[in-house]
Amino acid sequence: MNRDTLIHIGRFIILILVQVLVLNHINFLGDLNPYIYIIFILLAPININKSLFLLISFILGLIIDIFGDSGGVHAAACLIIAFFRPVALRTVFGLSYEFQTVKLSNIAFGEKLAYVTLMVLTHHIVLFSLEIFNFSHILLIAKKTLFSSLFTIVITTLVLILFRRSDS
Amino acid sequence: MQQIINFLIRNKHSLLFLLLLFVSIIFTIQSHSYHKSKFVSSTNFISGRIYRWQHSVSDYFNLKSENKRLLEENERLHNIVSAMGVDSISATYVDTTFAKPFSYTKARILKNDYSKIDNYILINKGEKDSIFPDMGIITDKGIIGIVENTSKNYSRVISILNSNSRINAGLKKSNQYGSLIWNGKDPNIVQLETVPRQAILKEGDTIITHGRSTIFPRGIGIGTILNYKLDQNKSYYLIDVKLFNDMTDIGFVYAIKNNNAEEIKSLENLDL
Repeated sequence: MNRDTLIHIGRFIILILVQVLVLNHINFLGDLNPYIYIIFILLAPININKSLFLLISFILGLIIDIFGDSGGVHAAACLIIAFFRPVALRTVFGLSYEFQTVKLSNIAFGEKLAYVTLMVLTHHIVLFSLEIFNFSHILLIAKKTLFSSLFTIVITTLVLILFRRSDS
Repeated sequence: MQQIINFLIRNKHSLLFLLLLFVSIIFTIQSHSYHKSKFVSSTNFISGRIYRWQHSVSDYFNLKSENKRLLEENERLHNIVSAMGVDSISATYVDTTFAKPFSYTKARILKNDYSKIDNYILINKGEKDSIFPDMGIITDKGIIGIVENTSKNYSRVISILNSNSRINAGLKKSNQYGSLIWNGKDPNIVQLETVPRQAILKEGDTIITHGRSTIFPRGIGIGTILNYKLDQNKSYYLIDVKLFNDMTDIGFVYAIKNNNAEEIKSLENLDL
C-alpha cells in the first residue's frame, strides 16, 4: 500500500461523493449535469492490471448507478471507456505511449484536451443511448450527448488543471 | 481442452469485459421495465444514509418556502372544515375505531430527479413506517408518483416523470378518463392520452385522479389543461397537462394507504 495507491483510493471516494451529492443536482439549463467522476478512469496508472482496471471501472459506474437509480447505464459507459482507454491513449500520445513515458499528471494542454474530449464523448454517447434506450428519440440522445459533453469537458479540464500534482 | 484453457487465458481481459458489459446491459434493461429494477436502487443502507445526511444539511435552506406551503395548506383545510359547519377543530370528535377508507403518512423527499427520462424519488420512510409498494404519493397540491421499491428505512417512488409510469386520470367535470404519461421534455408538463373524443375540453380545465385503481382516492388534483389535440386516428385526445406541483421543488409528501385495497383486489380476482 504505497502513497500512489492511497491517492487513487482517495480520489475514487471523493469523486463519487462530489458527483452524487453536488454535480447530479446542478441541472444547468434544465437538464445538464457534468459527469466528472470519470476523472478516476482518465488518471488511472497506465501500467495498471487490465482486468483489475475493468473491474474497478465497472464498480465505479455501478455505485453512481445505485445513487442515481439509473440501472446499469453508468457501469456500461465506464466499462467501455476503460476497455478502450489504450486506444485513446495511443491515438493521442502515439509513440510516447508505446514506450510508456507518458505522465498523465504532466502533459501539454492540447494533448490533455484531446484525450479528455475523446474519452468524455465515448462515455456520454454510450451513457445517453442506454439511458434513453429508444431509437425514436435519437435527436434527444444527440442533443443531450453534445451539450452534456461540452459541459463535462470544460469542468473536467478545469479540474485537471487546478488539481494538478506539483511534485511530478 | 488445453487449447480452450489457453484461449481463455489469452483473452481473459476481453472475456471479463464482455461479461461485465452483459451484466450492466441486463441491469439497464431491467431499469427500463416497471417493477423489475430491484437490485440497483438507492434504498440501500449506505446510499440512503448518505442522502439522509445531505438532506439534514440542505434542509435549512428550504425552511421558508416549506413553511409558506404548510400555512397555505392549513388555510385551505381550515376553510374546508368551516365550510362543513364546524366552528372549531377542537370541537370535532374523530372516531378512530371506525375504519377510514384511506390513511396518510407523512414523509420527506431525500432525492428528487427530474432531468432524466426515467426519474425516481427517494423518501425517508420505509417498511418500518408501513410504507409498501403500490402506495400513492401526493403533496398538498397534487400527485407525485407511486411507491415502487421499499427497504427497511427508505422507499423509492416512481415519479410521474418516468416513462414507465401510467396513472389513471380524468376530467373533474365529467367521467371521461385516460392515462397519464410523460414525454420526457418539460418536468412541469405531462400528457394525458386516450381521452375519448366525446369529451368536452377547455383550456384551463382541471384534471384529477379518478379513483379507478386502489392506489389513489378520487379527486386528488393533478393539473390544468394547457392545450389539446386529436390524435392521428381522430378518436382520442392527446392533452398537455400543466402540473399543480412544481416537480423541481418538492419538500414533504404524504403516502396514501388504501385500507380496503385487499378487499377490492380479492373481489376483482373473483371473476377470473
